[in-house]
Amino acid sequence: MWKREAIVACFSSPTPAQSATSSGDVDPLQKKRPLDDELLAGVGQSILISGELSGDEDLTVQGGVEGKIALRDHVLTVGSHGRINGQVTAKTIVVLGHVTGNLIATEKVDIKESGSVEGDIVAPRVAIADGSHFRGTIDMQPRDQPKPDIRKPEPSSVNGELARV
Amino acid sequence: MSSPASEPETVYASKTLASCLSLLFSRPAAEVVDLGPVIGSNVTFLGDRVDCKIHVEDLYADIDRHIKQDKLDQLPRFLSGRFPLPDASIDAVLGWDIFDYIDPLAASALAEELIRLVRPGGVLLAFFGAVASDHPRYVKYFIEDAAHLRYRSYPAPRRRWILHNRDISLMFAGLELCDSVLLKSGVREMLFRKRPC
Repeated sequence: MWKREAIVACFSSPTPAQSATSSGDVDPLQKKRPLDDELLAGVGQSILISGELSGDEDLTVQGGVEGKIALRDHVLTVGSHGRINGQVTAKTIVVLGHVTGNLIATEKVDIKESGSVEGDIVAPRVAIADGSHFRGTIDMQPRDQPKPDIRKPEPSSVNGELARV
Repeated sequence: MSSPASEPETVYASKTLASCLSLLFSRPAAEVVDLGPVIGSNVTFLGDRVDCKIHVEDLYADIDRHIKQDKLDQLPRFLSGRFPLPDASIDAVLGWDIFDYIDPLAASALAEELIRLVRPGGVLLAFFGAVASDHPRYVKYFIEDAAHLRYRSYPAPRRRWILHNRDISLMFAGLELCDSVLLKSGVREMLFRKRPC
């Protein structure tokens, strides 16, 4: 298990108190910076974690993780520098970096253009950007609603059959 | 998104895709192997609308890697053990035009492996170019709907082989030819089926 305080420290956003200038003026950007309670959990670029991670909040990984990650009802973002080697379970998984391992999401897996995944995906919705890398199996799980009939396309005047041979 | 080296995209009617999709649609928990590079919209179409499980096995990347490593002579052996899937476990193979980019020996090895994977009653969709070109291009096939494909080409490191119908028939001797159509695009679409038990 990871400690939230340690991981939050990997993000460098200063607290409002830290951002006040020496003259006592308040940094105008301060208002835009999140308060402590609103900081997102993250694994910084220089951090390498070996072992299982689990938690009850969203997590961004910019470093390396060797092991399982489980964020049951939350979002895991693998940043562009992130490298994960292990199974990931979360509500939503967004991949901009590299993952070797299976991705299981209860809501959505989103592989961005810079993302690379080698492993199987199980999720009701999967988005894979052009230019990304994926190798594995995708299972989008059966849903309750009936499937639309895709077998009757609209007539079209595009290039067609020349000859049945 | 289109790369600078890509050509304008063209939408072509496909006469065999609908048959392939109909089979997938009629089978609950159908499984399909896609031999092309991953295409997000195809994954959405096949996974969300057809409700099948998709195995993405980008053989074009495998060919490129073998060319880069100067190991093309090892391609037939590599392809013989390429798919870690059980016999008769796949309902449909989307082979696209992969056979145009591998030599006959490698093509035979791949065909044999794909025939092994296909379930009785399952199908294999493959496209074969009818025209040679001095400027080799790969083509990405985007499924627009059950009867249309959008072609997007990009540079390939290897020329296309032009396979004759006789060679193709020999390669897929374990399957029966359901449909063969020559399109205006110059592509021969062929749909093979493994005989039901």
